[in-house]
Amino acid sequence: MSVVKRTFDAVIVGAGGAGLRAALQLSEAGMKTAVLTKVFPTRSHTVAAQGGVAASLGNSTEDNWHWHMYDTVKGSDWLGDQDAIEFMCRKANEVVVELEHYGMPFDRTDNGKIYQRPFGGHSQNYGQSPVSRSCAAADRTGHAMLHALYQRNVRANTQFFVEWMALDLIRDGDGNVLGVTALEMETGEVCIFHCKATIFATGGAGRIYHSSTNAFINTGDGVGMAARAGIPLEDMEFWQFHPTGVAGAGVLITEGVRGEGGILRNGSGERFMERYAPNLKDLASRDVVSRAMTTEINEGRGCGPDKDYVLLDITHLAPETIMKRLPGIHEIAMQFAGVDPIKEPIPVVPTCHYQMGGIPTNYKGQVVVPKDGNPNTPVVGFYAAGECACASVHGANRLGTNSLLDLLVFGKSAGETVVEDFTSGNLSLRPLPADAADVSLARLARLESQTNGESVFDVGLEMRRTMQKHAGVFRFDALLKEGVARIKDVAERAKTTEIKDKSKVWNTARIEALELDNLIEVARATIVSAEARKESRGAHVRDDAPDTAEFPNGRNDGEWLKHTLWYSDGDRLDYKPVNLKPMNDDTKPIVLAKRTY
Amino acid sequence: MMINRGRLRWQCRRALLELDLVFKRFLERDFDQLDDQQLVALEELLRLEDHDLWAIVNGSKPSRDGREGAIVALLRAP
Repeated sequence: MSVVKRTFDAVIVGAGGAGLRAALQLSEAGMKTAVLTKVFPTRSHTVAAQGGVAASLGNSTEDNWHWHMYDTVKGSDWLGDQDAIEFMCRKANEVVVELEHYGMPFDRTDNGKIYQRPFGGHSQNYGQSPVSRSCAAADRTGHAMLHALYQRNVRANTQFFVEWMALDLIRDGDGNVLGVTALEMETGEVCIFHCKATIFATGGAGRIYHSSTNAFINTGDGVGMAARAGIPLEDMEFWQFHPTGVAGAGVLITEGVRGEGGILRNGSGERFMERYAPNLKDLASRDVVSRAMTTEINEGRGCGPDKDYVLLDITHLAPETIMKRLPGIHEIAMQFAGVDPIKEPIPVVPTCHYQMGGIPTNYKGQVVVPKDGNPNTPVVGFYAAGECACASVHGANRLGTNSLLDLLVFGKSAGETVVEDFTSGNLSLRPLPADAADVSLARLARLESQTNGESVFDVGLEMRRTMQKHAGVFRFDALLKEGVARIKDVAERAKTTEIKDKSKVWNTARIEALELDNLIEVARATIVSAEARKESRGAHVRDDAPDTAEFPNGRNDGEWLKHTLWYSDGDRLDYKPVNLKPMNDDTKPIVLAKRTY
Repeated sequence: MMINRGRLRWQCRRALLELDLVFKRFLERDFDQLDDQQLVALEELLRLEDHDLWAIVNGSKPSRDGREGAIVALLRAP
């Protein structure tokens, strides 16, 4: 197959919030910038973000970045790097005001300032009382943000390659990154994008789980590409789950349903939350509810033929209340669970929502790897931002509204670093190796010639089910160990998947096979890292690491206050220290403490 | 005008899971039976922003015309 080569100053993979924010920085600085994206930019998954973006503007209640930093470090269960967190919280006002100037239609106060509302985990005065820190545009914050950024990029002449899928990262013999190979869906042609700087902004990989709130495009393409190219993945054991996704579908049932009186019941109809949280019952915090649900299912008290879900019951509420206070829930239950919630309870399971780990970066957006004794050596020419990256600001658990902030701050920061490196002459167009496209071409040729293989769907389903059962929201040593073996087996099977449709153009089956390669890397990273971490921290909660006096919340700082690094080659694990030191000498570190709310 | 079915199939990948799930069922069950007129209606529907598209599919907003309504009925059918 002939391979066309295109040359740019920079290529950005992904056109969600992080990719668009980074692209803007480059294009406005006059760099020749290509953005590759599987779907039209304003159809990226950032659209689904509703909650808002955190910034300590103090428009509604007194606020400052120190308090935001404290909340974020505590939320991360102290696994977040304090230099990156300080950077993000200090930059928040700047990136939000910038967005306002780009035309983002934020909700307003009566006197015209950006309206701010409270959000879980955000506080005033180091945890004392709730604060209004979230800036939103009705319930379409992510959507409005993407539109503002996209329009601005069009103005800045960013060149978009829409309906292109990046395939593999290109590195030279010294490990420098020289660009990517990519497939144009309309023609089926493979092309090399040769450039001085490559930024990954490909989002998360929530589709590794059977129950996931993520759209189908969230297949961790950048994370998978990085792993295949020898870049380690950081803290991949940490995934945020929501307790109530519709079983089998993943669509979220908002917490408001339990707020209005919804009750969780097990297979025998018992209101089981009374046993786990006698006071708050069904309104206990997300992690408590998720763990209780998992325990019921694992101990055989689930519902349905496979006893693999529990029920969310609102049949005791007046139909008018349901239709008035919970609009949308009726439709979601009818569409995705096939039940009328006025008459029947809704099947629900804890559902994967957000990937805290990813491609390791520093706060400048540079991808960093261990080299010559320095655990954070930048990889020349390689940058990452947003959910695919691990800066690490979310650590073991992300606070709501910090994800939109993450993609704005680190999208911009990665862009600024590239522009600095570009203008100072630190970046050059390094020669392409002769075999630059060989890995990608071999992957495509394998799919072309494969016979007697399993379907991509079947192998993908096995991966999703295994991850859900063995590395879900509540983790058990024996299940994790068995899960590692199973995922390794699934990974082997993924090497011989077969697609029946061999057509060249608009071949969705081929795209899905290539996406599965990326998901498999993420699934392996997740379960191997989770099995190895023998403590509970943030979203990683093990049954054999309970809350004790010696290890509050099951957290073991003596042994496990460190970042995991997983290498695809041989499933090798390495670790690096958490940065407990803020960026500036005069910023006080947030000292280790038990995470309680 | 020829509409490429493969392109439309790919463009049924959306930003919201709700739509992905609805389109998955539609692609498996209805898509191959669509005639050219219906493909045109689908193409127009797919140009909508995802929140607007979901509002039409979930019935909180009306379809814009009869042709679109017919596609939406297929999308909504259990």
